[in-house]
Amino acid sequence: MTELTLVQAVNRALFDAMRSDPDVLLLGEDVGVNGGVFRATDGLLKEFGAERVIDTPLSETGIVGAAVGMALYGLKPVAEIQFLDFIYPAFDQIVSELAKMRYRSGGQFPCHVVVRAPYGGGIKGGLYHSQSTEAYFCHTAGLKVVVPSTPADAKGLLLSAIRDEDPVIFLEPKRLYRSATGEVPDGDPAVPLGRARVVREGTDVSLIAYGAMIPPTLEAAATLGTEGVSAEVLDLRTLVPLDEKSVVASVEKTGRAVAVHEAARFCGFGAEIAALLAEKAFYSLKAPIGRVTGYDTPFPYALEQLYLPDAPRIAAAARAAMTAG
Amino acid sequence: MTAQEVATAVPPEASDSFPADRRLEAYRTMVLARSLDDRCIALQRQGRIGFYAPHAGQEAALLGSAYALAPDDWVFPAYRELVVALVRGASLQSVVDQLFADSGDLTKGRQMPNHFAFRAQHFVSASSPIGTQIPQAVGAAMAARSRQAPIATIAYFGDGATSSNDFHAGMNFAGVFRAPTIFFCQNNGWAISLPRDRQTRSPTLAGKADAYGFPGVVVDGNDVGAVYTAVRRARRRAVAGEGPTLIEAQVYRFGPHSTSDDPRRYRADSEVESARLRDPVHRLKTELLSAHLLDEAGDAKIWEEARGTIQGAVTAAEAAAPVGPLSFFDDVYASLTPRLAEERAGAAAQVPAEARRP
Repeated sequence: MTELTLVQAVNRALFDAMRSDPDVLLLGEDVGVNGGVFRATDGLLKEFGAERVIDTPLSETGIVGAAVGMALYGLKPVAEIQFLDFIYPAFDQIVSELAKMRYRSGGQFPCHVVVRAPYGGGIKGGLYHSQSTEAYFCHTAGLKVVVPSTPADAKGLLLSAIRDEDPVIFLEPKRLYRSATGEVPDGDPAVPLGRARVVREGTDVSLIAYGAMIPPTLEAAATLGTEGVSAEVLDLRTLVPLDEKSVVASVEKTGRAVAVHEAARFCGFGAEIAALLAEKAFYSLKAPIGRVTGYDTPFPYALEQLYLPDAPRIAAAARAAMTAG
Repeated sequence: MTAQEVATAVPPEASDSFPADRRLEAYRTMVLARSLDDRCIALQRQGRIGFYAPHAGQEAALLGSAYALAPDDWVFPAYRELVVALVRGASLQSVVDQLFADSGDLTKGRQMPNHFAFRAQHFVSASSPIGTQIPQAVGAAMAARSRQAPIATIAYFGDGATSSNDFHAGMNFAGVFRAPTIFFCQNNGWAISLPRDRQTRSPTLAGKADAYGFPGVVVDGNDVGAVYTAVRRARRRAVAGEGPTLIEAQVYRFGPHSTSDDPRRYRADSEVESARLRDPVHRLKTELLSAHLLDEAGDAKIWEEARGTIQGAVTAAEAAAPVGPLSFFDDVYASLTPRLAEERAGAAAQVPAEARRP
């Protein structure tokens, strides 16, 4: 075990994956000499050389397009998009090409690329360094979407993503890059994709969250505990494929659910959680399903703390669920 | 760099000339391709296939480039390159099965006609968005080089694609990384209704390579030998580590963009008639006649055989079983996710029992 920050855990996962598999390579802007603007790839160029840690021209289309070609040929590229906010030039390559390659070729051309991107607010990044737009990718068949919330999960999930056979959008909560620290197994933590984790057990209300929303959700659960409300906190970890069984099981136990994410509310992932529970846990529900989310505005710079869900908002939604009906 | 300068930089070799002993075979393939085009347009008009994108007028560019490649090279096609797949060994039946989206279709009926994929021939799956294959060809070339594989990749695209952001991204990456890639632009004059001069003010498309730091050459795309030579040289450059080449093969699209298009809305018949005077099929035929490798009776036989071969493939495709009714859930992921398994089970209820097959 080693105590690491989340970004160090990402770095360690990349190091281990490249060390154990010569087909793994990295490409992106500033990932080589500079070690990544967040230092996620620090030291990797020195260790693995410029053929495997590739500083690319400033073109997301080129990064993901080239990564798709590398994967078709048989390598396992990990493409870094500097901020999720900058991924859109590559959107066509991701949703039209990467996501559909296996399918449209009748299984002849699997295409395994991991696209890493820091996402989310809370770092004073304004409109274009703060967004949380995972729903775009969750809506596209063929992609897996993974969001870790702890250093151990960041390492374990990234290793699983790199070893997976399908394309993975790996969203890293940049707000937690340095603020989240924790013990990380030195080997492979073996965190499988598609499995949610109960972070805190409870019996009265299920708080369903992921990524950077886990710390404020846990804080809300602690506050609720002092009020005699037993909140269960579920970290989804993988949005696609969603661990539906764990979500349904938790709500069947508690009868109340609040979905939490910093992405905009309308058509956000919380809507999918609410629909899932309406379809599969309706008769267990004792209260309307709550959603605590970002607002349906662009991401504001000066007022980001009002935009982002925090522990008081999450706790308030849980109290509303407790008193409803 | 002009074509002349490229010729200087890469000394000509005897192997740059189209192999004399394969000219008749190339002509047979060309006739098969033209006949298939005619037949497929008719099949679409009769409602027997859903769509078709013809290649008539581009056969010499397609054949010349395909013959110049090695079996281990990788092809990143657009959607008029079925001839390239045939030259690389894909069977006519597998091509026709794709057009009919039957159970013999290697892409399992997932895509519209002309969107082929042939793994064994390193012929990568085609998509409809324009230009997306260009940076992919560059990435595959970089991957091949990192494994010390002495191969080139080739990206096929049209004049319209040179306006796409993927063209820029791919060309730029290839220049920066000196990728062993051949950019093969078939400039057929029209991107659906828009003429070449509505895509760019550049005097040539090949000239765009200058800005990316590697050579661009213009070649007469109706001349199978000239195309072959240009691609051979570009391939030698690529494999020798000298980087990419952009080739602009100037051709003309005789037919509509696709069976959904009516070209009389945007171009005069006289322009088409004038282009047909340079028909690559007639051109190769004339060359073979004057070289006494072919006579009129032999030619008639080649056309008759081509039509017969195509008829056989069409008959087989129409007799083939349809794709399995629930097969559209396969290959989304490497294995069925729990949600897809549930959706598949729900969809099964819609399928008549007699049609349910694995």
